[in-house]
Amino acid sequence: MGQLVVIGNGMVAHRLVEGVCRRDTHRQWRVTVLGEEPRPAYDRVALSSYVEGASEEELRLADLSADPRVELRLGEPAAAIDRENRTVTTAAGAVLDYDALVLATGSSPFVPPVAGRDLPGCHVYRTVDDLDAITAEAEAARAVSDAGVVIGGGLLGLEAANALRLLGLEPHVVEAAPWLMPRQVDEGGGAVLGRLVSDVGVRSHTGTAVDAVEPGDDGRASRVVLGDGTVIDTGVVVFSVGVRPRDALAREAGLVMGERGGVAVDGACRTSDPAVHAVGEVASVDGVCYGLVAPGNAMADVVADRLVGGDAVFPGADTSTKLKLLGVDVASFGDALATAPDALEVVVNDAPGKRYAKLVVSDDATTLLGGVLVGDASAYATLRPLVGRELPGDPLALVSPSGGGADGVGADALPDDAQVCSCHAVTKGALNAAIGDGNHDVADLKSCTQAGTGCGSCVPILRKLLSSAGVEQSTALCEHFAYSRAELVEVVRATGVTTFSELVSTHGRGRGCDACKPVVASILASLGNGHVLGGEQAALQDTNDHVLANMQRNGTYSVVPRVPAGEVTPDQLVTIGEVAREFGLYTKITGGQRIDMFGARIEQLPWIWKRLTDAGFESGHAYGKALRTVKSCVGTTWCRYGVQDSVGMAVHLELRYRGLRSPHKIKAAVSGCARECAEARGKDFGIIATENGWNLYVGGNGGFSPRHAQLLASDLDDDTLVRYVDRFLMFYIRTAERLQRTAGWIEDLEGGLDHLRDVVVHDSLGIAAELEEAMAAHVAGYTDEWRDVLEDPEKLSRFVSFVNAPESPDPSIRFETERQQPVPAMSGPVPLGMPAPHATVEGSPDVG
Amino acid sequence: MSGDTLRHHRTTWVTACPSDQLSPERGVAVLLPGGAQAALFRTFDGHLYAVDNVDPATSAAVMARGIVGDRDGEPTVASPLHKQVFSLRTGQCLDDPRLWLATLPVRERDGTVAVAAPEEPPAGSGS
Repeated sequence: MGQLVVIGNGMVAHRLVEGVCRRDTHRQWRVTVLGEEPRPAYDRVALSSYVEGASEEELRLADLSADPRVELRLGEPAAAIDRENRTVTTAAGAVLDYDALVLATGSSPFVPPVAGRDLPGCHVYRTVDDLDAITAEAEAARAVSDAGVVIGGGLLGLEAANALRLLGLEPHVVEAAPWLMPRQVDEGGGAVLGRLVSDVGVRSHTGTAVDAVEPGDDGRASRVVLGDGTVIDTGVVVFSVGVRPRDALAREAGLVMGERGGVAVDGACRTSDPAVHAVGEVASVDGVCYGLVAPGNAMADVVADRLVGGDAVFPGADTSTKLKLLGVDVASFGDALATAPDALEVVVNDAPGKRYAKLVVSDDATTLLGGVLVGDASAYATLRPLVGRELPGDPLALVSPSGGGADGVGADALPDDAQVCSCHAVTKGALNAAIGDGNHDVADLKSCTQAGTGCGSCVPILRKLLSSAGVEQSTALCEHFAYSRAELVEVVRATGVTTFSELVSTHGRGRGCDACKPVVASILASLGNGHVLGGEQAALQDTNDHVLANMQRNGTYSVVPRVPAGEVTPDQLVTIGEVAREFGLYTKITGGQRIDMFGARIEQLPWIWKRLTDAGFESGHAYGKALRTVKSCVGTTWCRYGVQDSVGMAVHLELRYRGLRSPHKIKAAVSGCARECAEARGKDFGIIATENGWNLYVGGNGGFSPRHAQLLASDLDDDTLVRYVDRFLMFYIRTAERLQRTAGWIEDLEGGLDHLRDVVVHDSLGIAAELEEAMAAHVAGYTDEWRDVLEDPEKLSRFVSFVNAPESPDPSIRFETERQQPVPAMSGPVPLGMPAPHATVEGSPDVG
Repeated sequence: MSGDTLRHHRTTWVTACPSDQLSPERGVAVLLPGGAQAALFRTFDGHLYAVDNVDPATSAAVMARGIVGDRDGEPTVASPLHKQVFSLRTGQCLDDPRLWLATLPVRERDGTVAVAAPEEPPAGSGS
């Protein structure tokens, strides 16, 4: 077994180690990774989401040390390389032998030599620690000024500006070039980009450099002076002008260096010493160091392959970029800046529409060389794979708004070897093969090819490939209805049908099933058709809805009273405690700030709820596909850091949307500041207080495939916030599919989050008023379901274990005690056919 | 009515409830002598069915609380716990051939529904 030492533990190092472990089926290698940071490898590209509330754990990449072949030494950087003896000495003094060595030391931020750059308050934007330091300081910095200054208007600079904005500062971006993101976009695109970011509150100062950072009386940074004479008062300065390869170790070890720094490597990513490879930002390929993760990943794949005897060659870097910075779409691909000789440019510069698109084509206008898209990058997914290939049509038509952009180029126009998913290098051919193997929906394609699981920009093409392959993606709910849930909503709305029987006889077939009946029940309920147990609707409900409680594994139910926002009085707590004690229930605080009481038999439910409603509780809808909870932190009421009344807002929202039936359960949360103690970004809709109001996030969820919510709108006042949530929820209820959570729903919307924002914020479909009205009707029509049941003898009569012995409990339900509380006993009930010693004829049996 | 599993045994008719207490497509549980339980259903076309109330997949006595419907015309009930669908006619699980529910004869007389309870274990059904 050979010893592989990897110096560095960033994303590229992680990719390398993962690649080696996967390919090394003969167990040739033992791997030691030396990481400078004290923490496991994390997704540095997603660093800005850390400021938005993602935890460090959430950013972490897969833990490779779970593999017995891999040893991670965190917080232990390499100090020296002895190539002669093939050893690496670590900062901790350990000496490690190697048979192969990979340098993955990355780069460090370059801080230009301006006066004052070392003052307290000056930062770089590179690591979790950097972000922690900036976050910790933002509060104090606001005492100096609301402004935060970012030096550098490139990709990372704009990301840093977004971070400052999320921390409640007004970001100023200083860029020496005449426009923002000069390496990715051209002047025209830069102009549109500048206007778009200024719309979201970013002030840009372009065509000027920084002269000095000046201290205030306390010795901390307090002013930034620009070359054009502008002075910005600020307590936080972030340098983000570029990176330099961290090549000192390699240099000291006597390896050949690139012309402009970095370790020189060949096409196999080998340095001048064949036992030493270099990958990522420290490697210099033909004199160029790439500061992007995609080329680094490609290098990691090459080295992983070589280490197990392969002959992969670095294919060259794809520096295409599509990203959303500050809510602005920017994409750049191929020869974006038209450097090829005789390249021609086709430009659509829609200044009023704040949209810019340029295609770079060969001199005969037949071959696509590259392009820039700002403001609307939806055409990126279809255009990028065409780089270097013949254009399928008139280039102007491809980028002009009327040409339809993404729709203008069919998936059919792509050759088989075109990469549809650039994040995971999946070609159209591979996708078509997967479709041929029977992967007939987007979810299957994602899981078997990984396509669409990176940035997600290729998902629309996946759909097109499926339909081109003749795969009809059935949206039928079940064998009884040929409609999707969303279509059924429209049918019910259009026909005014109010019963399942009528609906299935006029628009379906058969008698329904456990798939369609609850869906129709939910649609009828959300369109305001009375109590969920009223009339025929009762027979449609899942058992949970039918008895207004959650069935547990032994056939008993759990009871969850509503505790809006988790706020509960001592008297109410005592009541819950008394009820639980009296009925012998197991109690547990739920993940959603409520108290769950377990182990109630069906005939006990009315008695329990009588006690609870008398104490002022109402149904918590824990049983329904409905709004469950709006979680909150304590906000300004008690918290030292809170900037808004998160409890008040959460109570308001929970009471507003209680009882709202929906395609799946809905959870929400309100956090009183950016510390995000309510974990709002893990919810279907999450609200985070800012100094200026509320930021609204949508589409988060826990469960089987956890997702983070994404920002829909920022700095909203109370009324606007509620209006947007009304529209969001009603739009979801009307158009989502059965059991589709908000995350998947948004992903499946044509146009995704942007389209949702258009509908909710800009009312692009002209239905906002209608959605708000529907919500108003729900709010006005709400009554507590349990109170209704308790007042209705007919509904109450259903709450028995046995129709022929209403007073008898189910004799099969038994409990044991665990940690002082009752839990289900594992012995099952008596199955039919067991001896029946005390059988009596026609009458209530004696059950003891 | 299907009573195959009970054919060698004397049955005991247990009164379940008045006819009007059994709503279409919503089951009720019936306690049988000896502590066994039946799940009793009336489908939308008026047919009566009774099966073991014990869900064979989980051993919880909950089948009466499942959703009644049809699969390709076959009357069915879905377990409320893990949603396996069973034929009400034969008791066979349509999703997993290893699972089945015992079926019981049902009769409706003079406005009363009754279920036939087995007195002894039918051949072949062990625990």
